[in-house]
Amino acid sequence: MLTIKILGSGCPNCQKLAYLTERAVAQLSIEAEIEKVTDYAKIAEYHVLSTPGLVVNEKVVSAGRIPSEAEITTFLATALSGD
Amino acid sequence: MTTMPLPSANLPARWTYGLVAIGAALWLIAYRLYEPAADWLVFGVLHLPPESRFGESLVFFVADVPKILLLLSGMIFLISLVRTFFSPERTRALLGGRREGLGNVLAAGLGVVTPFCSCSAVPLFIGFVEAGIPLGVTFSFLIAAPTINEVALAMLFALFGWRVAGLYVLTGITIAVVAGNIIGRLKMERFVEEFVWNIRETAGMAAERLTWRDRLLRAWESVKEIVGRVWIYVVVAIAIGAAIHGYVPQDALVGIMGKRAWWSVPLAVVIGIPLYSNAAGMIPIVAALIDKGASLGTALAFMMSVVGLSLPEAIILRRVLKPRLLIVFFAVIAIAIVLTGYLFNWIM
Repeated sequence: MLTIKILGSGCPNCQKLAYLTERAVAQLSIEAEIEKVTDYAKIAEYHVLSTPGLVVNEKVVSAGRIPSEAEITTFLATALSGD
Repeated sequence: MTTMPLPSANLPARWTYGLVAIGAALWLIAYRLYEPAADWLVFGVLHLPPESRFGESLVFFVADVPKILLLLSGMIFLISLVRTFFSPERTRALLGGRREGLGNVLAAGLGVVTPFCSCSAVPLFIGFVEAGIPLGVTFSFLIAAPTINEVALAMLFALFGWRVAGLYVLTGITIAVVAGNIIGRLKMERFVEEFVWNIRETAGMAAERLTWRDRLLRAWESVKEIVGRVWIYVVVAIAIGAAIHGYVPQDALVGIMGKRAWWSVPLAVVIGIPLYSNAAGMIPIVAALIDKGASLGTALAFMMSVVGLSLPEAIILRRVLKPRLLIVFFAVIAIAIVLTGYLFNWIM
């Protein structure tokens, strides 16, 4: 079970990242909880200076850009095997 | 420090370099061919008389669209490639512990090369303040970063050449340094929302280690993203510019947008505020207006206002700045832009 967080104010880039992440989760058919974090104070706690940010199991894996779906799949697979 | 995998393309490095070389060759060929191709199409195929107004407007349009889209793509690729060497995290580390003065200059310079999106203005502001970077230095960065953005820079280069683009960069940096310094001197720390001072950071992201292949791929990604987003505005703006070029009489605008019209500079700044983020759609029209007698200082002030003073950004920054500081922030930039406009109208 993965905990995934999308950090961002809800801008178009954050929505796109959320969409790609949902697709990657569906494609891997894994169990994951996706949470959108829009509170700036919470975002800042992750040390993220540019949104959108992607957090997998409390680890920031990408910030300030939209990774491709293939990249997100690798992030998720790495997090699964790392457990 | 762990390395981040970048599986975006399973493309081997050698292939990436090959594709970049082919892309560059195609770019050069297209750049040599667009002008004769436009002439051939308008006067050869369509048989328009060369002296007709419509023919003149059309050839201007048909030649300018490929030229500007080519220059825009090429410039954005190069700027994005340079920016892969910088990140907001790295910039913050470089600015940490700097004093006002030199810190303002460094922050404004880094604002030009650090990738920045105004939707990230708040997390960036919080992160800078947390790292102990003085408020004035933070503002120098927050003024330079959106004002000297890749689209504005590429469009200015494409339409006016490197002199005006360079002038724009220098002016933008100067405004960022001076305005940031003034805000720093006003000691307005208490007008930052309290929660900003109380954030404790936990986990950070491991620094990415990028290969040249990754950098080239990311630069290509930003070309696709940015050009895909702005090309339609560029085409429409060139069409409007072409119509102005062919139909508006020479010097028609000297009276209202020329050097003598003192009120044109502040007016240009006010009109520019709601046109935020549309440098791509504004600059071709501004180029046509300059052609018809608008002065460079007024035009420069207008362009800076379009990209540097934005209502959406003000609304976003309201989350961390109390109204008083927000108003000071905007007023200082607006005054600096107006003064710059007058300065250029006076010396050019």
